[in-house]
Amino acid sequence: MKILGIESSSMVASVAVVTDDVVTAEYTVNFKRTHSQTLLPMIDTVAQMLELDWKDVDAIAVSGGPGSFTGLRIGSATAKGLGLAWNKPLIHVPTLDAMAYNLYGASGLICPLMDARRNQVYTGLYHFQREFEIVKKSCAMDIHDLITELNARAETVVFLGDGVPVSALAIGQELTVPYSFAPAHVNRQRGASVAALGAVYFAEGKTETAEEHAPDYLRKSQAERELDEAKRQGKTGELAAGHAVEMKE
Amino acid sequence: MDRKEQDVRILAIESSCDETAAAVVRNGRGVLSNVIASQIALHTQFGGVVPEIASRKHIEKINQVITQALDDAHVTLEEITAIGVTYGPGLIGALLVGVAEAKAIAYAAKKPLVGVHHIEGHISANYIENRDLEPPFICLVVSGGHTHLVVVKDYGVFDMIGRTRDDAAGEAFDKVARAVGLGYPGGPKVDRAAREGNPHAIEFPRAKVEGSPYDFSFSGLKSATLNYINKAKMTGQEIPVADLAASFQNAVVEALVSRAILAAKEYGYDRLAIAGGVASNSALRAGMKRACEEAGIRFYSPSPILCTDNAAMIGAAAYYEYIRGTRHGWDLNAAPNLKLGER
Repeated sequence: MKILGIESSSMVASVAVVTDDVVTAEYTVNFKRTHSQTLLPMIDTVAQMLELDWKDVDAIAVSGGPGSFTGLRIGSATAKGLGLAWNKPLIHVPTLDAMAYNLYGASGLICPLMDARRNQVYTGLYHFQREFEIVKKSCAMDIHDLITELNARAETVVFLGDGVPVSALAIGQELTVPYSFAPAHVNRQRGASVAALGAVYFAEGKTETAEEHAPDYLRKSQAERELDEAKRQGKTGELAAGHAVEMKE
Repeated sequence: MDRKEQDVRILAIESSCDETAAAVVRNGRGVLSNVIASQIALHTQFGGVVPEIASRKHIEKINQVITQALDDAHVTLEEITAIGVTYGPGLIGALLVGVAEAKAIAYAAKKPLVGVHHIEGHISANYIENRDLEPPFICLVVSGGHTHLVVVKDYGVFDMIGRTRDDAAGEAFDKVARAVGLGYPGGPKVDRAAREGNPHAIEFPRAKVEGSPYDFSFSGLKSATLNYINKAKMTGQEIPVADLAASFQNAVVEALVSRAILAAKEYGYDRLAIAGGVASNSALRAGMKRACEEAGIRFYSPSPILCTDNAAMIGAAAYYEYIRGTRHGWDLNAAPNLKLGER
């Protein structure tokens, strides 16, 4: 079994191939947000290194969100294009689930944090007791609310992700349970984790067609949030039109 | 090799604004399929295109649209010669979806990739239904985001001789339509309302750009129209929507037609084409046709379906780029401010 993993939800661009139980290639760059220019050349490099015939790939696992809206769509459109041309299924791997999978076997709670801006983090909670367990599904929340919840759960916590630097101060001041931060080789998104968890889902038959796949943003667009807010306040007047500079990612 | 083997079939993808589109075009002029998933209804409640919503919709629709384009054309991906895709100008997030998808398909199917300029696509829409049209000719490109006068010297070779100094023509239509409550998109709404009105009922200013005979300016006209509306509202007068639409539209059409005709005469071309979303405006088509007949110029225009954003026009442009050797790599990026003629 061969699974191609694609990860582009954040600053990290990462591509990996899991062949049966082994990562046969992984190419990760965490430098500039130039996924549009780098992601497909990275896939091509991995294919050449592995002398890969893409006909042998069983499925394409893609980091499905949350994350940078634009980053997610570059990964998603790439996976959808490959899936369409090769006629292969896709596997939607929630980004935070794949990040938690970096820390397979860790004791206590695993808490990936992604900087969601607007004073929020994208997060989830995970356990490895006998098997990988999702304790709290992916969501966007205030870091202080998350810390309150972690204190109430009274378990040790290991944090990872690009949300750690922006949350470290609050964690240091407010968290009362023992905690640690994951080390460099496992503290960001990895294509290998997307492919490895994707392989588990594939074995369980959890695939989708390339046509069906779309990212799970966990957040509405700014214009929709404003429209919802206007409706809630009972405003009937016309909204400011043409939110032309909404996306600044 | 038989005839079919020598054909160049382009699978073209377009996602620069709010239409997700794919088409298969044979030898630059034969449209084998042309599929458009429009998002207009989705954006109407916001009074304009919301980039993030457009990008999300592109991702949801793009595979379905491409598959249907191949099915409608009765060709398989293997029978496609090259993949063409719009990579600019346009909304960056929207463009990226089409570009990433097209690159992945080209890579996976081992096909050449040809990036296309959106406006080159609009101009090339004229080749599809006018088998006799070949460069050189003058083309007026008018849409929601563009107002350009272009000398098409050869396939893929352009000389931009005039542009708008402020608003695009389509933008002015949208703003006026919103101000009189006609809604979005403004162009077709104003066009329809104007049919019942008198184009000479209200005298709006005709702006000239000093020292630039081929440049356009629509902000003065737009302000004058909006002022008229505000004044009417303040004094409690009923706005004569049909007359206002007709008079405003007439001023826009006059500005466009006069400069295009002047350019054709001055540059010595006897063929003039129009392109872009506003090229489907009935008053512009009629005015241009009449002026061309009077000046002894042959007038070309695509049918309305090919004036709107579509992928058939991208396939036509991609064919001529393909023939002249344009190829893009797997690092092709979206270029929201791409200049015409840049590669």
